[in-house]
Parts: sequence; C-alpha cells; structure tokens
Amino acid sequence: MNLRTKYKVSLLKTIIRLENVSVEYRIPSERIGTLKEYAIRWVQGKVKQKKFLALKNVFIEINQGEVFGVIGHNGAGKSTMLKLFARVLPPTIGRIEISGSVSPLLELGAGFHHELSGRENVYLNGAILGYSREEMQSKFDSIVEFSGLHNFIEAPIRTYSSGMWARLGFAVATATRPDILLVDEVLAVGDEEFQKKCFERIEDFRNNGTTIVIVAHSMQTIKDRCDRVSWLDHGEIKFIGEPEEAINQYRKSQAN
Amino acid sequence: MLNNKNYYVYDAKNKTAKPFEELRQAYNYRYLISQLLRRDIVTRYKRSFLGIGWTMLNPLGTMIVLSIAFSQVFKMTEGYPAYVLSGLMAWNFFSQTTYASMVNLVWGGGLLKRIYMPRTSFALAAIGTGLVNTLLTIIPMIIVMLVLGVPVKLTIFFTPIPLMLLALFSLGFGLILSTLAVYFPDVAEMYQIVLTAWMYLTPVIYPEEILPENIFFIISTFNPMYSLMKLFRIPIYYGRLPTFEEFLLPALIALVVFIIGWLFFTYRSDEFAYKI
Repeated sequence: MNLRTKYKVSLLKTIIRLENVSVEYRIPSERIGTLKEYAIRWVQGKVKQKKFLALKNVFIEINQGEVFGVIGHNGAGKSTMLKLFARVLPPTIGRIEISGSVSPLLELGAGFHHELSGRENVYLNGAILGYSREEMQSKFDSIVEFSGLHNFIEAPIRTYSSGMWARLGFAVATATRPDILLVDEVLAVGDEEFQKKCFERIEDFRNNGTTIVIVAHSMQTIKDRCDRVSWLDHGEIKFIGEPEEAINQYRKSQAN
Repeated sequence: MLNNKNYYVYDAKNKTAKPFEELRQAYNYRYLISQLLRRDIVTRYKRSFLGIGWTMLNPLGTMIVLSIAFSQVFKMTEGYPAYVLSGLMAWNFFSQTTYASMVNLVWGGGLLKRIYMPRTSFALAAIGTGLVNTLLTIIPMIIVMLVLGVPVKLTIFFTPIPLMLLALFSLGFGLILSTLAVYFPDVAEMYQIVLTAWMYLTPVIYPEEILPENIFFIISTFNPMYSLMKLFRIPIYYGRLPTFEEFLLPALIALVVFIIGWLFFTYRSDEFAYKI
C-alpha cells in the first residue's frame, strides 16, 4: 500500500474494527451424540477435542461508506468473519468494535412462521431484527409497499411462493438504512424486476453512507462493486486492498 | 450520536459482565420477546375452532378424567377436583415452560447463527406464554371451586407471588436444560420421561397424606417442586396465606436455581453459534 491510499483511509471513520482476532472451534474428535455416551467417556477420561482455528490473528478496519469484499476458498473463514460482524459469534481471542447498526441480508425471511399472516410475520421479523413496536408501526406501510404484496398481506405465509417469501423478507430487512449491511453471495430475490429494485435500494443505502460487506464466489461481483477486498486463506488474511490485486493473488494461489 | 443499541464492543479478555449484559439486552429486545410470546400463543391454536379456549379446556379435561378415576380412592381429600386442578396448573406451567424453552432454542438455532438476538429470548418468551396460560386457567379453577363448594377466599390474590417464584425456578431450570439440549439432542427425549417420573414424585394428583413417612421425608426434602407446588396451592385451594417457613424455602430454591441457570446459560451461550 502506498502512502496516499494509507492517508486517504485514515481520514475516514472506522466502523468495524477487529484487533488480533482469532476464532477457535472445538470439534470433538469423535462424534458423541448422546448424553449417556458423553458421561461414560467423561468418566473414562476419553473426551478429546480437536482445536481448529477458523480465523488467525486477524486485524481489519472497515470504514464508513465502504463496499468491502471478502474472498477465499471454501472453509477459509469467510462466513466466520461475517458471523463476527453480525455479533453472532464472539472471538476466542482479541477485540471487536462495531460502531453502528448491522443488518444481515442472509437467508431472507429465516424467522418467518408459516402459520402466521404476512402482516404478523412482518412484525415478528422486525422484532427479530431488533426494532421496537413503534418503529415497526411507522414502517409497516412502506414495507408492504416495497414488497408489492398488498393483496396477500393478511394471508398465512404458508400460501406464499418462495419468491413472495423472499420479497417480504428483503423488505423487512431493509426497512431502515443500516450503518452496516452484510450480504452473502448473490441476492436471489424473486424476479428480475424485483431484483433490480433490491439493488437500487442497496445502492441508495450506499450513497447515504452505509458500509456494505459482501462475501461472494463470483469475482465479477467483487470486481464491479467493491472498493477494497480482503483475501482469506486458511483463516489468515493474505491481502487487503485493491480488488483487482486481491483477485489476482487469490487466482495465483488457486492455480498452484 | 451513537445510541447504546448500535455500539458493540467485545473483548475476549473481559467476559465477567456477560450475565448482566444478557439481562440488559433482554430488556432492549423486550418487543422481540413479546412477539415470540404472541407467536407461541397464536400459532398453537391457529387452525382450531375453539382457539385459545383450549388453554382453559385442556387442564379441565385432564381434571375431569383424573377425578372420575381417583375421587373414590382419595375420598378424604375435600373437593378433590379442585385439588387436582390447582396442582395441574402449577405442574403444567413448570413442565410446559421448561420443555418449550429447550425446544424453542433448538428451533431458533438457525436464526441465532445468522443474526444477533439475546439467546435467553426463547426461554423468556416460553415463561411468558406459560404465565398467560396459567392466568387463563384461574377462571375455570374458580368455577370448579364454586361448583364443588370449596370456599373461594380473597387469598387467591396472593397467587401471583408463588407463580412468580415458580416462573423463576422454571426459567433457571429451563436454561440449564436448553444448554444441555444444544450439546446433546437426546436430552429433549429423555426429559419427557424424566417429567413423567417427576410428576409422580410430586403430590400433583394424590394428596401428600397418603405417602408413607419415610417416602414423604425424601420427597419433601429432595424434590424442589414439592414446596413450590404446595406454596402455589395454599392461597387458592387451602384459602390461606403461607407461613414464613412455607414461603422462605421455595423462594430460596427458586432464586438459587434461577441464578445458577442464568450464569450457566450465559457463560455457555457463546459456543451456541457453532453448536446448534
């Protein structure tokens, strides 16, 4: 990194900061499925666990308004990193600081209950995303409008198609502009027209200062959209910087 | 500029505040808990004709069956159906909330992996659901007492206090169970058997007087549900206020189990994201 980019970066406000973060998974070396089996083995002193470092001593600073990409092969630690950002997984070692609201666009509508109506699910899913009752009441109409599901909002969601399900999920998840948006892979939301609407909304968030973190396998998406990219390999950051350079280095390592 | 909700720091070196942090977050997410509670109640009876009426009819039905079966055996118990129903109210609260805490957490596992929410939300919502159901059952309880001629006393207004203690106990116990169920899926199956045995070791459907002295000693000493159940019955069925001793023991049990459960769960819950 040359001095100019370094200077430019330091002018911006850091919104996500990982300091020397390591995540260690403990995997039992044999699968122990039952409590009884566990108890027997524990008494025998045979409970062994393998340790596996999903992330090793990671230091990342992501700035406000940046589109940040994460690439790497399967099992390199990409989704572990997203989980850290989503506050779902705490690090085993190190420190995380996130100065803003986080909205994950991962598996839209994961919290929907199929017996409840669209309306009830909007409120339930909003609550899962951490909104209060008042916030949901004021946003409800705009959510329904964006999803385009006026006529179905009182019907139980089990009668929805998967496309309608995802549309409502996207509409709730993006009801307000978050400070940080986590996007996993390509957004598959309904038809092309709706997909366009989604990208417009994300673009709009970005213009208003939302930081976007994208994890993708498609290098084209990364190249087109990201300002900076980090390449993860076996839980370590091999490179952070220009998208093209990151992709080149990643491809070179794949070729070997 | 930044409100508390949107600022998150986690330092692996500083874990001591976890139980309090969880408490604070559960308060911040109270709307989520109320929504989960609502979901539990609404979806349970969504497709049935009588809807929420089943909450009251269910224990009533069980009571009628038990009364037909046992009222001759337990003749000396005055107003036996009322005795059974008051016992079932407390027992169902305990068994249903602890079971639901566990099942809901395993169900919500997929969500917990993707998005942050206080992990105690499911257990807290289960307790809330149980409280609503139990309060609704008070209506048929009063009707049964009036029909049987068991005096309904003003002490019935004391019932929320034993109910709260029962809720604390169930929450603590449910959190311990949930933690175990995350690691060992067979705990859920095992617990159903344990519950059946436990119910027969608690004076729910039989009066405690029929127990031989030595067995009564064991049950009243080692079964925490014994004193909690009794405290629950006192203001309703017996129509009096508990003595200080009758109150102190279950209150201490409830508090200790709640604290242990909360600590155990919150210190373990970090690992849930890659276990469930």
